[in-house]
Amino acid sequence: MEHYISLATKAMFVENILLAYFLGMCSFLAISKKIDTSIGLGFAVVFVLTITAPANWAIHNYFLQDGALAWAGFPDVDLSFLNFIVFIAVIAAIVQLVEMILDKFSPTLYYNLGIFLPLIAVNCSILGGSLFLVEREYTLLESTVFGFGSGMGFFLAIVSMASIRHRLRYSNVPAKLRGLGITMLLTGLLSMAFMAFSGIDL
Amino acid sequence: MGLLEKKSKQAFTDPLSANNPITLQVLGICSALAVTVKMDTAVVMTLAVVAVLSISNTLISLLRNLIPGKVRIIVQLSIIASLVIITDQILKAYLYDISKQLTVFVGLIITNCIVMGRAEAFAMQNSPGKSFLDGLGNALGYGGILIIVSFFREILGSGTIYGFQIIPDSAYAAGYENMGLMSLSPGAFIILGLIVWVHRISVDIEEE
Repeated sequence: MEHYISLATKAMFVENILLAYFLGMCSFLAISKKIDTSIGLGFAVVFVLTITAPANWAIHNYFLQDGALAWAGFPDVDLSFLNFIVFIAVIAAIVQLVEMILDKFSPTLYYNLGIFLPLIAVNCSILGGSLFLVEREYTLLESTVFGFGSGMGFFLAIVSMASIRHRLRYSNVPAKLRGLGITMLLTGLLSMAFMAFSGIDL
Repeated sequence: MGLLEKKSKQAFTDPLSANNPITLQVLGICSALAVTVKMDTAVVMTLAVVAVLSISNTLISLLRNLIPGKVRIIVQLSIIASLVIITDQILKAYLYDISKQLTVFVGLIITNCIVMGRAEAFAMQNSPGKSFLDGLGNALGYGGILIIVSFFREILGSGTIYGFQIIPDSAYAAGYENMGLMSLSPGAFIILGLIVWVHRISVDIEEE
């Protein structure tokens, strides 16, 4: 159990997918202008990452890995070069599916996450999460925990950024630094703050 | 003809500076930062993006009248993903060490907004020749920023340029130390933030 808690905190703080691996920057920069929308996107990322990480783990381990097709009678087949295209297709399909299920069973949640779900299919952090779990050879449970932890990390980072940018409206930033420039500098400071968590091992 | 040539030249030169994909269009930041600790990875990444973006723009532009509007995103994604797989396999075959250092970031070219962004914004409306130039220009504009960021991070973070030591040993003996922060992620954000600032002053553009 401790192992999993440690993995989750590591993914959330120390190896924050956004601040340490730079994944999902595009939507981070575009959405962090408003707190409400960034909370919505943050939840959507947590949700989708927690589902796609184990799904892609299963696909990789039972279909694509070297020798994974042994159960179907093809022990010599190595399809791991198909990882990228299959992962992105799985992510797009799951996002679509989640959208339909939510629409049917939880209209409030659908209303809140609605516009962000399609955006997420091309968010680097989702594909990145799936590629990391292959690279680090996680087990099924580990990848679920890792997916959830990374999602929470993204959520924390984007919401704190939105709050900082909200306060920033009252400050006098040099004209040419406004927008992307100051946001990058602030992200640098935020990432320094998150680095303070490194070395913590539960 | 003269007008056309001028336009296609513009498609190539605009994104190099005046409409740079990273500093002005804010596309493709994700991978821009992760590969910039050392210059050699930045150069390889630039080459990979140049190859993928110029070919994907050309292919998508060739197919633009055949792709049905409703499923265009998935068609574009599969074209891009196939090209990225090829690039990844070539890197693994010929530049194994660097492809190990680039880890997942080659795969992430698929979701790099720059590739999808240009496909959607330019290649779907323009002729293959112009789309090729647009792809090439954008990829080089992107790569330029990548290489500038990695230049500063490498020289400040480890005192080398492209692996060659630049800061003399005597400086270290006199008490100079490498700035470790530059090799870590905050360094990338801060350097890029400053580059955006300088670049926007030089092209005289500001946000709202």
